[in-house]
Amino acid sequence: MTEKKTVPQSILIVDDELIVRESLTKWFRQDGYRVESAEDANHAIKLMSEGPWDLALLDIKMPGMSGLDLQKRLKEIDKNTGVIMITAFASVESAVQALKEGAFDYVTKPIDPEHLSHLVTNALKQKKLAEENVQLREQISDIGKASEIVGESQQIQKVIELAKTVSKTDTTVMLRGESGTGKELIARVIHANSNRRYFPIIAVNCGAMAESLLESELFGHEKGSFTGAQFRRKGKFELADGGTIFLDEVGTISQKMQVQLLRVLETKQFTRVGGNEIISSDFRVICATNRDLEAAIQEGSFREDLYYRLNVFSILIPPLRERRQDIPLLAEYFCTKHATAMHKSITEISPSAMDIMVQYDWPGNVRELENVMERAMVLAKPPSIQHTDLPFQLASKAHGLQADSIAAIERAHIEMILHRSGWNISRSADILDIDRVTLYNKITKYGLKRP
Amino acid sequence: MPSILIVPIRPVDHAELTSLIAPLSNAFQQSVSIEESKYIDPAFAFDSYRNQFNSTALLSALLEQYSSYQGKIIGITTVDLFVPVLTYVFGEAQLDGKVAVLSSFRLREELFGLDPNPELEHIRLVKETIHELGHTYGLIHCHMPECVMHASTSAEEVDVKGKNFCRECERTVLKAATTS
Repeated sequence: MTEKKTVPQSILIVDDELIVRESLTKWFRQDGYRVESAEDANHAIKLMSEGPWDLALLDIKMPGMSGLDLQKRLKEIDKNTGVIMITAFASVESAVQALKEGAFDYVTKPIDPEHLSHLVTNALKQKKLAEENVQLREQISDIGKASEIVGESQQIQKVIELAKTVSKTDTTVMLRGESGTGKELIARVIHANSNRRYFPIIAVNCGAMAESLLESELFGHEKGSFTGAQFRRKGKFELADGGTIFLDEVGTISQKMQVQLLRVLETKQFTRVGGNEIISSDFRVICATNRDLEAAIQEGSFREDLYYRLNVFSILIPPLRERRQDIPLLAEYFCTKHATAMHKSITEISPSAMDIMVQYDWPGNVRELENVMERAMVLAKPPSIQHTDLPFQLASKAHGLQADSIAAIERAHIEMILHRSGWNISRSADILDIDRVTLYNKITKYGLKRP
Repeated sequence: MPSILIVPIRPVDHAELTSLIAPLSNAFQQSVSIEESKYIDPAFAFDSYRNQFNSTALLSALLEQYSSYQGKIIGITTVDLFVPVLTYVFGEAQLDGKVAVLSSFRLREELFGLDPNPELEHIRLVKETIHELGHTYGLIHCHMPECVMHASTSAEEVDVKGKNFCRECERTVLKAATTS
């Protein structure tokens, strides 16, 4: 990651006296802060909503709205802005009131320069720590999420190796693979191994949103830029500053968004929806798609220039059916995970259940496998998961049967009766009203196995 | 030829002004001279309620008097200076501008009940003069603790920092000085 440019911290001064505004502005500008001032509450509220501001210095006594009321209004706009109240000697009581309402501190006019300089440094330091704290908490939960990729197959090991190699660079990565193969998990692994790991990874599902919504989601919006935009909001690109942005289902975005996306990726600069201010953000892009982008380029629905911008380093995550040896490991992993979550003492998966799972094609890949294991965990009785706990279509598809065919239903029915009678062949044959030889034949035909 | 003019604001010790010439010309690589023909009487900037002199008013007066002067100007005085919102200031400068003003009042050891220490007070005056003039060259406070542009609001803080620019600030000053 390139070293981050330090953005000057910002201070908003609100005082009705021109001389106070001027001298404080000058004082803080010499300290390298970005400073603006407002002569009354209305102007202050306007500047505040154009924020964000790190610190606000408010005169407690002003015509119109008092500093105390203004403090409440400003906190409504941005609760993270630190507030220092400026008072005359006479109004110490109201300063105490301001402290109770969340002001960082107060100073009395005229202000001792040494005191002011320390106060401002401390207020900004505290704000920075609070922000860092929030960021670190998010980071810890992100690292937790990015923990495990289960699999010993050569294919998945290759994927992990590629992910780790590319994570050390700032290269744009495109993850390709069917739905449910774990593209987001790999994106998190890349982020967690990169130099950006102490900054956030922001995931955006581009397929889940309408164009206009996606635009404001990615770039943010100014207050009032569209109906319902009651507050200004930072976009995902802005939030990902210093970190990584993960654009899932990037193949589904509209032509218009493709153009905008291309510009942002090239300049790392953008404006919020309805805004003029150019915002720079230092982010790394990881995108994912299960769409055939090359075909989409041919038919003209995906821009070629954007494709080349995104497809710098591509990792193909193989579908689960092409790495069947990972199925038992994954099944056991999810078994333990959900047993713990549900407080069930189920420790193993029966061989017959495992057989079915290994043979099944898993069109929904690892996500489907997890779903099946979670469902089985609900049904299963300790100590193990049986094949009867698996969904019905799974068992039938694994044996090459159409889910709703007569054969599949027959197989499932025979299996259920056998299970209920504890694999007593005579009793089962009686219930099914067929002879025992026919039952044996059907057991062989459908590959049913005694648990 | 860009230059720096030291303007005496009464009362001030002429010898003290002379002692600033060498360090200033060394720091800014400019010719430094002292206004010999006239003193500024700061009485107009006096605030009887505060018993101090308004430094912003002094800056305006310097600007007005030397409106045709091309170089930088620093007014030096021994009276206590203030800006209305603060209890005192060592000095004041136009950021990236032309004029600055500085007082030795708060740099004196006697202010803290100690014996006078002319040598130490002279070093403080040199540091703060360079500091205020630095602002007129566009420099803001520097985070390097040893740099003369490091912020200092007390005499102790002036003592802690060095009397030279850090590399970065020096580069900025010399670049500004040669292009002005």
